[in-house]
Amino acid sequence: MDIAQPDHSRLLRPTGIGDWLFALVLAGAAVFALRQYGGFMDVYDKGILLLVVPGLAAIGWAWKPFRAFLAAAAALALASITLYQGDLARAEQVFFLKYLISSQTAIMWMSALVFIATGAYWLGLLARSDFAEKTGSALTWCAVTMGTTGLLVRWYESYLIGTDVGHIPVSNLYEVFVLFSLITGLLYLYYEGHYATRRMGAFVLLVISAAVAFLLWYSFSREAHEIQPLIPALQSYWMKVHVPANFIGYGAFALAAMIGVADLLVRRGILASRLPSLDVLGDVMYKAIAIGFAFFTIATILGALWAAEAWGTYWQWDPKETWAFIVWLNYAAWLHIRLTKGLRGPMLAWWAVIGLLVTAFAFVGVNMFLSGLHSYGSL
Amino acid sequence: MRHRSTSRALYELLSSMRFAISLLTILGIASIIGTVLKQNEPYNNYLNQFGPFWFPVFEKLELYTVYNSVWFLTILGFLVLSTSTCIVRQTRPMLRDMRSFREGARESSLAQFQHHARLGTSLDADAARQATEAYLARAGFKVRANPREDGLLLAAKQGSWTRIGYFLAHSAIVLICLGGLLDGNLPLKAQMALGGKVVTSGNQLISDIKPESRLGLENWSFRGNVFIPEGKSANVAVLNVQDGILLQDLPFTVSLHKFHLEHYDTGMPKRFASDILITDNATGKSVEKTIEVNKPFEFDGIMMYQASFEDGGSRLKLVGHDLRPGSTAATFPAEAAVGDSIKLSNAGLDYTLEVGSFRAFNIENMANEEAAETNTIASLEKHLGSGAKSPTKKDMKNVGPSVQYKLRDSAGQAREYQNYMQPIEQDGAWYMLSGMRESPSAPFRFMRIPVDEDGKADTSLAIRRVLIDKSRHDELARRFASVMLGADATPAIRTRMHETTAKTLELFAVGGFESVGKFIESTIPEAEREKAADVFIKILEGAGWEAWKIARASAGQPPLEMNGARARLLRDTLNATSDSLHYGAPVYLQLNGFEEVRATVLQVTRSPGKPIVYLGSLLLVLGVFAMLYIRERRLFVLIKASGEALVALSSNRKSLDVDESFRQHRDALAALLNPNAGPSARS
Repeated sequence: MDIAQPDHSRLLRPTGIGDWLFALVLAGAAVFALRQYGGFMDVYDKGILLLVVPGLAAIGWAWKPFRAFLAAAAALALASITLYQGDLARAEQVFFLKYLISSQTAIMWMSALVFIATGAYWLGLLARSDFAEKTGSALTWCAVTMGTTGLLVRWYESYLIGTDVGHIPVSNLYEVFVLFSLITGLLYLYYEGHYATRRMGAFVLLVISAAVAFLLWYSFSREAHEIQPLIPALQSYWMKVHVPANFIGYGAFALAAMIGVADLLVRRGILASRLPSLDVLGDVMYKAIAIGFAFFTIATILGALWAAEAWGTYWQWDPKETWAFIVWLNYAAWLHIRLTKGLRGPMLAWWAVIGLLVTAFAFVGVNMFLSGLHSYGSL
Repeated sequence: MRHRSTSRALYELLSSMRFAISLLTILGIASIIGTVLKQNEPYNNYLNQFGPFWFPVFEKLELYTVYNSVWFLTILGFLVLSTSTCIVRQTRPMLRDMRSFREGARESSLAQFQHHARLGTSLDADAARQATEAYLARAGFKVRANPREDGLLLAAKQGSWTRIGYFLAHSAIVLICLGGLLDGNLPLKAQMALGGKVVTSGNQLISDIKPESRLGLENWSFRGNVFIPEGKSANVAVLNVQDGILLQDLPFTVSLHKFHLEHYDTGMPKRFASDILITDNATGKSVEKTIEVNKPFEFDGIMMYQASFEDGGSRLKLVGHDLRPGSTAATFPAEAAVGDSIKLSNAGLDYTLEVGSFRAFNIENMANEEAAETNTIASLEKHLGSGAKSPTKKDMKNVGPSVQYKLRDSAGQAREYQNYMQPIEQDGAWYMLSGMRESPSAPFRFMRIPVDEDGKADTSLAIRRVLIDKSRHDELARRFASVMLGADATPAIRTRMHETTAKTLELFAVGGFESVGKFIESTIPEAEREKAADVFIKILEGAGWEAWKIARASAGQPPLEMNGARARLLRDTLNATSDSLHYGAPVYLQLNGFEEVRATVLQVTRSPGKPIVYLGSLLLVLGVFAMLYIRERRLFVLIKASGEALVALSSNRKSLDVDESFRQHRDALAALLNPNAGPSARS
């Protein structure tokens, strides 16, 4: 390590052949996609595709395990696509599709793995077992890999239904719940590596488990998992950037809230010897809210730009917009209190936990209780 | 003096963080109101919801338009004021702080830093300075050297741009609020208050609307809707304001060639698009364009969006079937366009037909509900595989056009009907469906008129006409009795049969099966009711068959043989006849032909605030990232003549990263200053 370089300025620089290879494969994949499917994309779709390359490369360079994760998910998705041979019916006939890597099956695997990982983390925490925690960590990696595979394959499957039906799977409540689970899982895994502690997994995985439980209920009792074509308002390249940016926000806020719960327990002496120190918890909570706030800001602005194009006004106080605004205000205030006032202590943790309630209402509650323009994922 | 201190205190308050946070909180809570109470609904809805007492109270509080209310805008105004004063107040100290290297920091104060360390050095002063400066430059610091009595202080800083982030983010808030105000309804309110513009009712012709309710071309901020039927054009937009409308003149004329409405196989909408021709009123220049959802078009500084679509007055051909008992004029034609309200006065009818809506197709799921899956493994199995399949069977079918209309009687009472143009298959037979409801909130109850071999309801309606015609009952009863009893029955039995049949028909003609049922309940002991009901149904079926024969004979048609399909038609006719007696209207209007005319609704906006808001948004993103992710670090290295170096680090944020970067710098400097020895730091 070059000691003259402080840690953070190194983040966006490739260090070694693996990083270059990763970037090269990403660029190659983008070029392939452009050549193969460029005819179906408009200029914005192409622009987004090209921006994804440096984006993912930067994440991979800053966080090495991400490279292997993405490679595994891509490989599984490609294997699935190969097995499909362009025929949806093969999902029922080919063993590996039916029981492993068709989209629904992959998402079911993700769900199962999340539950088991949660159990493993709790076992590790309560029994002080390194092995159990490592297992939890490995299972979480497997879960996000399967979930990502599931979404990628779902994307492909939607085009098999019909070229006019195909679209990126971030268009309804079912799909974004998978996305939420993935993003929260990945954010957690990043912090786990960064702070070199697996003790927070037990708490963070709880919120992912809750999301997965909802997902299963939604799928089994409402049959929400069926791929639906896009209504005109959603047929836009904006969806590709607005929704994922939003869910980085939601995922990070959820993670921060669970760290907040751990923080409050430690302050009461519960599990205090097992959980990381208050300094670490406070830092993770801040980092998660900071990244969540930054991306939530971007997402809200992207949403406004999209609204201007689809609905004719960048802001019209639709319930979803208003609640996004409330969530934004909430975390803006949180950051002000912490950064400018320098406040620390249980209040911030409480605030982060209550913030999750506000966020959850903006995410799900608005769809359940309030009607408005964002009624794509009504319950 | 006292005055100055008051304004000073006010300034302090406005620029204080506590005030800003309080405003954010109030704003958040105020916003919630508008999400719970649906905004901008017609005032009547609110009146129904809250009643005559609370309705005006809430109106005064502007709860129906929270986000445009004076009090909400006032809070926003205060937020802008608070943020602005905060910026003003912080600017000078922040800029000073950004530029300053603080090279005057004393040793004693450096030693107070949370992060400081004293390092020994084996280098002479010059070499130590060079090595340290080189290190700081490599690590991305800007350095200023200050040789002074107690040694040489190298004051270094990096990441000062995080302070710029503060300005960007906070001025962004001000910009966004100001831009938003320009695009909100404040300009409109001003024109109404100062320019004498008044809201008018929406129920009048555009040409009748007076100048004081029209906004001119000079209006620079508006949002309205333009309604254009196919083949027509429009050059004004309608602005919905409070409980009425204002007209906005447009500098161009929009003509609609065609409105495209496409659906997926599932019936979900797929594409809404308007082929339009826009002609500039001043220059006469015109442009052809297709506007779609997500693909707006700008002309003359006005943006046009595909907002919705409506019926543009589709012309419908209807056939009226007179349902009154004893009617002779069986059918009559009628023509009406959607939105029309016409008098129905055929053969003494006195009704108004109000055609509400027309749908050229209806896609419905025709699959029968499957039994719920109880086996968990099998249920899981169904959820594996691709996301394309549905666990329940669906059978989406287009069941053809439908019309919805109201019939209003002379007393003003109206019922609503929904009729399909084509027969629809249900339970293995085909029916014309006609739904009726008494209030808009109730579901439609459907009368199912069976269709004959020709696919028409005529046969069933002809049988019905004979069945409920009192003057025919005697004949029907006689014919039925003779068919049932044969030639050798005694006159007494024949009379009883005749009377029973006539009575049954009489009951049935009044209220259908309901009257017959009531009669059975009131006259026959409970134990025998089921048997009796069977007898009555046999009688009705028999009489129905006779009615069919009579209807055919009077229409000059040859007699028919009874078969299974005809028996079914007869039974269904009895059901339909029974339902028709509760149909609430003397006429069934069958949709017979149509010429669909669609209309598009385009939203037109002129939003001068948009560029300002977008600029603000860009600044906000830059500012937030700069504030959160540019880390300010100040590193001080005091190289003392005594051969000791004091290293101290400060940051504008407290976080674990600061601890980590201090450790790194300290260890690196310790190694540099002691090239021949191991690290010897003490904290």
